[in-house]
Amino acid sequence: MMEINQNRAPIHEALEQFKYRRVVPFDVPGHKHGRGNPELTSFLGEKCVGVDVNSMKPLDNLCHPVSVIKEAEMLAAEAFGAAYAFLMVGGTTSAVQSMVLTACKRGDKIILPRNVHRSVINALVLNGAIPVYVNPEVDKKLGIALGMKREQVANAIKENPDAVAVLVNNPTYYGICSDLKAIVNMAHEAGMLCLADEAHGTHFYFGENLPVSAMAAGADMAAVSMHKSGGSLTQSSFLLAGENVNAGYVRQIINLTQTTSGSYLLMSSLDISRRNLALRGKEIFKTVTELATYARDEINAIGDYYAFGRELIDGDAVYDFDPTKLSVHTLDIGLAGIEVYDILRDEYDIQIEFGDLGNILAYLSIGDRMQEVERLVSALAEIKRRFKGDPSGLLTQEYIDPIVVASPQEAFYAPKKSLPIMETEGHICSEFVMCYPPGIPILAPGERITKDILKYISYAHEKGCQMTGPEDARIENLNVLDL
Amino acid sequence: MELWFSEHHTPDVKLSLRVNKQLYSNTSDYQRIDVFDTDEFGRVLSLDGNIMLTERDEFIYDEMIVHVPMAVHPNIKKVLVIGAGDGGVVHELTRYDSIKRIDLVEMDEEVIKVCRQYLPENASRLDDRRVNIYFENGLKFIRKCEEEYDLIIVDSNDPFGPAEGLFTKEFYGNCYKALKSDGILVNQQGSPFYKEDANAMKRSHGRIASTFPISRVYQAHIPTYAAGYWLFGFASKKYHPIDDLDGARWNSLNLRTKYYTTRLHKGAFYLPAFLEEMLKEVE
Repeated sequence: MMEINQNRAPIHEALEQFKYRRVVPFDVPGHKHGRGNPELTSFLGEKCVGVDVNSMKPLDNLCHPVSVIKEAEMLAAEAFGAAYAFLMVGGTTSAVQSMVLTACKRGDKIILPRNVHRSVINALVLNGAIPVYVNPEVDKKLGIALGMKREQVANAIKENPDAVAVLVNNPTYYGICSDLKAIVNMAHEAGMLCLADEAHGTHFYFGENLPVSAMAAGADMAAVSMHKSGGSLTQSSFLLAGENVNAGYVRQIINLTQTTSGSYLLMSSLDISRRNLALRGKEIFKTVTELATYARDEINAIGDYYAFGRELIDGDAVYDFDPTKLSVHTLDIGLAGIEVYDILRDEYDIQIEFGDLGNILAYLSIGDRMQEVERLVSALAEIKRRFKGDPSGLLTQEYIDPIVVASPQEAFYAPKKSLPIMETEGHICSEFVMCYPPGIPILAPGERITKDILKYISYAHEKGCQMTGPEDARIENLNVLDL
Repeated sequence: MELWFSEHHTPDVKLSLRVNKQLYSNTSDYQRIDVFDTDEFGRVLSLDGNIMLTERDEFIYDEMIVHVPMAVHPNIKKVLVIGAGDGGVVHELTRYDSIKRIDLVEMDEEVIKVCRQYLPENASRLDDRRVNIYFENGLKFIRKCEEEYDLIIVDSNDPFGPAEGLFTKEFYGNCYKALKSDGILVNQQGSPFYKEDANAMKRSHGRIASTFPISRVYQAHIPTYAAGYWLFGFASKKYHPIDDLDGARWNSLNLRTKYYTTRLHKGAFYLPAFLEEMLKEVE
C-alpha cells in the first residue's frame, strides 16, 4: 500500500500508465478509445475518449476497490479529515441517498429540516424510514429558510428518542449553517448518528475562515459535492464517513444502486481535484471569498439590491454563513428573483445558478475571475436602471411549513388518483413538486395540499420557475392519495 | 537570419511581418505585451499576439475614431476613453482646444509604461494637463458615471480576451447612462469579413442598436487588422452621423489629417451590400 501523500493522484497516474502501454481493447466501451465514434471523438477530443475505459486490474474496480481506487479513497479520506471516503459517480444525489440508506431502514425515524434536497426524501421513499421534520426558521424579509435552532433539534430528539439519525444541511443553498457541532453532540448523546448534506460545502474542508465542515464537527457521514465548489466533473462526488460507521456496510449500500461501470473520467476528475484542493485549496478559496465579498459590496452599492452576508449571523438559526455564496435579494427592484435570473440570461448572456421568488444566487468558485464578476455587477446595475418598478404585489415567501400526514414511502406507493391541480386543496399529495434548482420540495409525498401551497405553485409557475416532480410534466394535474 | 511575427486572423489565415528586432516582451497581470521593430510598419505593439498598432498605419484608426464624432457634435468638452493605453487616440483628441477634460481608463498599467518607452511619439500627449489616467476595469469605472460625458471612445482589444466585458450589453447600457443627453459613443467594432469576427461584430452591434436610438456603423481600411477592413460603431442619443455633420465648422479648425476628411466622413457610412444585410439581421 502506498504512503499517504497528497501530491499523488493514483487513478490519474494509472490512466497515464495505461495510455502509455497502448493496450489493445477487446473489452467495453465499444467506441474503442473513440475510433468507433469519430463524431463523438471530434467533439470531446481524443484525450478524453481515450481514457473512457472499463474497470480492469491495473485500473481497479469501483464496486470493490483494492488498488488505485482504494488509494484514491484513502487520500481523499485524509484530505477531508474523514475515516473513510467513497468515490461516487451518480452525483451527490447518490451520496446523499447512500448516506440516508446506511443510517436508517424501514420504520426508523430520522430527524431533518424540511428544506432538504429532494434526494433525502427520495431515500425515504426507497427505504420506508419516517421523517421527523424540524421546521427551519424563516427570514421574513428575504423569505428564505434558515438553519435549525439548537432548541428545536433538542426538542425533536427529546420527543423522538427512538430516532436513529439527525440530518443537517451544511450549508443551505444560500450558505446558511446551523450549529453543527452542538447538533452532533446532541445526536451522539442520544445515541443517534449525525449526517450532513454538504452538497454546497466542499470548500469548508480546505479554505480558511469558513464554517466548520461536517467531519471537523464530528459528524458521522457527509455527502460532499466535489463537482460544485471543488471543480471536478459534473456528477462526481464524495461520500465521507467517520470512525463510528461500518465502511463495509456503506460499500454494500452504495452498490445497491450505483453503476458497475464507474466512469474513469469522473473518477480521475475526483482524484485530480482532490489533489488540487489539498495542495492549493487554501489560496483558491481565499480568492473566491474575496471575489464574493467584492461582488457583495459592489452590488449593495448599486442600491435596492441586497446581497446578504455574515451580518445575518445570529448565533442560532444562522449560526454561520458561507462567505463564498453570492445571494442577492431582488424584490426592492420590483422584480422576482426568477425574473432577474431570466433577464440576465436572455439579455446579458449571463447564466446564474438560480432565481427563486425573492432572490438570485450566483455561484462563485475556483474558476471565476474578476472580469466576469464586473460583468455580473454591471448587468445588475443596468437591470435596475431599465426595469426598476413597484415591488408591491410580489410574493416573498420561499418556504411554507408542511403538514405531514403519511410517510413518503407510504404516500408514494399508496392508491392514488390524478386531479386538476387547483382542485387538490385538502388532499394528500403522493408526489413531489419543486422548483429546480434549488430542488427543495414545495410538496413531498405524504403532505397535505393547502391553499398557500397552491398559490405558491401557480405564482412560481407564472413567474417562470422551472417546476419539476409530478408525473404530469405540465403540472396541470397532481396525484393525490385515493382515500 | 529571418525573424517573422505572425498573427492568425483565422485558424487558416495569418498575417506575417518580418521583424528586425524584438524590443520588448513581458507578461503583465492581464496579457502578454510585445514590441517589435519592423522595416515595413515601423514599431509594432502586440497584445496577446494581436497587433494593436503599428507606427505606419495607426493614423487611420486614431483619426477615424476621433474626428468622426468631433465633426458631428458641436460642443464636446468632456471625453472618456476606454482602453487605448498606447495614447494614439488621446494624441488626436488633444489637438482640439475645445476639449477641457479627457479621462483615460486603461486596465493594464504595463501597456502605458511600455508605450511611453517604445512608442514615445504616440504616448507623448498622455502628459497633457487635460488628461487623467485611471488604471481600472472599464466596466467598473463607467458603472458609477451618470450624464457626465459628451463623448465616449471605446478603443479596446478584440472581444475574445480580457476586453470581452467592453462588448457586452451591460457595458453599452452603462455608456448610455454615462453620456449626457446629446452624447456620442464611438467604439471599434471589429471586422466583418471572417466568420468569427463577423459574428462578434453582429452581436455587439445588436447590443448597441438595442440600447441607443441612433446606431450606425462606418468603415476604414487598416492594413494590419484582420482582412485589412475595419469597422467602427457610432451611437448617439441625439446626433445623426451624416445629417448632423458640420463640415464647414470642422474644416475651419484647419486640422491636418492623413486619412480623415469631411468628404470621406460621409462615404465611410456607405457600406457594402453584404454588410448592410448583416447589420439588418441584428437591428
